Amino acid sequence: METIPTEHGLILAGILFVLGFIGVLTRRNIVFVLMSLEIMLNASGLAFIVAAARWGHAEGQIMFLMILTLAAAEVAVGLGLIIQMYRKFQTVDISVLSEMNG
Amino acid sequence: MQEFIWLLPTLPLLGFLSLAITGGSLPKRAVAAIGAGSIGAAFLVAALIAVEFLNAGEEVFVYQAWVWMSVGSFSPGFTFYLDGLSLVMMLIITGVGFLIHLYSTGFMFDDPSYSRFFSYMNLFVAAMLMLVLADNLVLLYLGWEGVGLCSYLLIGFWYENPANGYAARKAFVVTRVGDTSMAIGLFLLFRELGTLNIQDLMIAAQSEWQIGTGMAVACSLLLLGGAVGKSAQLPLQAWLPDAMAGPTPISALIHAATMVTAGVYLIARTHILFELAPSVQLLVAWVGLATLLMAGFTAMTQHDIKRILAYSTISQIGYMFLGLGVGAWSASVFHLMTHAFFKALLFLAAGTVIYSLHHEHDIFKMGGKRKQLPIAFASFMIGSLALAAFPFTSGYFSKDEILLAAYATGGPGVWLWAGGVLGAFLTGIYSFRLVFVVFFGASHGHHDEKEKTGFSMATPLFILMLLSLLGGWIQIPVESVFNHGQAHEEHHVSALIHGIMIAVPLVGIAVSYLFFFSGALSVEKLMSYKFSKILHRFWFSGWAMDALYKHLLINPFMWLARLNRNDFFDALYNSVIAISRSAHGLVAKTQTGYLGWYLISMAAGLTAVLAVGVYL
Repeated sequence: METIPTEHGLILAGILFVLGFIGVLTRRNIVFVLMSLEIMLNASGLAFIVAAARWGHAEGQIMFLMILTLAAAEVAVGLGLIIQMYRKFQTVDISVLSEMNG
Repeated sequence: MQEFIWLLPTLPLLGFLSLAITGGSLPKRAVAAIGAGSIGAAFLVAALIAVEFLNAGEEVFVYQAWVWMSVGSFSPGFTFYLDGLSLVMMLIITGVGFLIHLYSTGFMFDDPSYSRFFSYMNLFVAAMLMLVLADNLVLLYLGWEGVGLCSYLLIGFWYENPANGYAARKAFVVTRVGDTSMAIGLFLLFRELGTLNIQDLMIAAQSEWQIGTGMAVACSLLLLGGAVGKSAQLPLQAWLPDAMAGPTPISALIHAATMVTAGVYLIARTHILFELAPSVQLLVAWVGLATLLMAGFTAMTQHDIKRILAYSTISQIGYMFLGLGVGAWSASVFHLMTHAFFKALLFLAAGTVIYSLHHEHDIFKMGGKRKQLPIAFASFMIGSLALAAFPFTSGYFSKDEILLAAYATGGPGVWLWAGGVLGAFLTGIYSFRLVFVVFFGASHGHHDEKEKTGFSMATPLFILMLLSLLGGWIQIPVESVFNHGQAHEEHHVSALIHGIMIAVPLVGIAVSYLFFFSGALSVEKLMSYKFSKILHRFWFSGWAMDALYKHLLINPFMWLARLNRNDFFDALYNSVIAISRSAHGLVAKTQTGYLGWYLISMAAGLTAVLAVGVYL
């Protein structure tokens, strides 16, 4: 069976991670920030699966399942916070929330 | 009974504690009962102890309550040492103290801080008893500082007036100079002789030091410094006249009868040390003489009834120092006792005058008050007679003994004697100037006031009058303390000397009579001369000592303080604060509140850490 080389998988994971990170940095809409975070999480999940396939271990896949649950929980909390934020400030622009400065 | 000697300081201390803890919430009658009652009980205990002590015929009784601290061989205890000297002192303190407390229950009745007054008074008596009963110098020093503290608190008793606070601080700081010298003396004694128990110390000093050794001179000089400060002698006498800012019973108890004589007690207690340093002992006499003359001249010019008495106190303590200096130890202690009687009487009578005349202090605004204030008049008459050493009053016997001892010393003794006699002349003038101006002649205002003396104020006056008249016949049991078994030496002097000593105070009284009663001589005429005017101003200011100290000490100190207003060491510490503040400002700038900024810095930090981990 033809397998995808490990390097390719890792590079894809890296690209996805960087893309997510750039999204977190640049987007001002907090919903998109949250989505970019999901992408970053999935990128690390992909890296786990590639590594697991490379070493023939099941732990990487277990880790991915855990990250998936974690992401679901995180989104639940995050969306709740976003709704609160919208109710309070009538906006989802993250740069508005900059009062806690030195 | 003697083993109950620990009750003596404890009873007043309990009185102090109960008054201090209740903090003025007790009714005035209860305060009076506790305040005066604790001292009365202490006097009863003291009297019983005295009877048993004298009947037993022992010379010394020592009672150790507990060991205070124990460091190596140094273990001063709360140990009470009773001999003839401390017996006399303890009876004076509790006896005269009780009379003054009784008087105060009436005198201070209208004062809102009644309870505070009695708590301080009780604390004072406790500390003073500690001072005279201590068997080691550490415990003595505890009492010594305790009475200093109470003196400060009571001079500034009416603290709303800033001038009283200033007087209190002045007294505290000036006596502190002496106290420091005394503390150094204690350290030196301990280093040289390895103990601070007074009796051991005396024995060790006698066996280790020759007469006139440098160390003996140094130690006794340092102790003399302490005594001079406490007893308001030259050059540390400046605080006592200002101390009159306190309530009058305080002046009677602390600044006349007891605390200011603590210096006399200290020297009498350590007299063996002073005998080992004859030069210092002679210095004591000269200090006493200079002080008694200076204070005598000053007392003649004062207007304030209490300041006159204050200077007369300084002058009388000068006599005690004179007596100590010529080795008339028992005569000095005797004069201490009679002085406690008649000066307490005079101050309490002055209190009655001031109280009755609505806090009038100026004697020239009184006049002709003998019908209006009969009890005060009688008290002043008897007190002044005793003060001026009128024959067969109490002051006559004690002053006579001191002057005779001075005359018998030989060498400079004649000069000391002559100075003392001149002082007696001055005493006659100033004491009767006070009597004539206040109680005779035309009335100057205050025509309608009645004398305000209840039972509580009149009784102490009557008892003190009796003591001032007859106190000279009391035999004080101090021979065994001072004579070390030798028989008392009688001073035989010619009838001429005796005659002079009896006549001089009478001449003084007569001069005072001519000036202030009959008007045969007039003060105005005397003052018309320029020279006498200058002299008067000089004496009135207390020989310009205050001005001298102002220029010599206070002004340079203030100058230094101003110079260093922005304290150099403070600047050092402040720079540390400034540096950390600016660092804080820098770091706080990074806290922008923008999520993106935090993320970038996190990522950058992580990358840096990883890079370090991978490449190093």
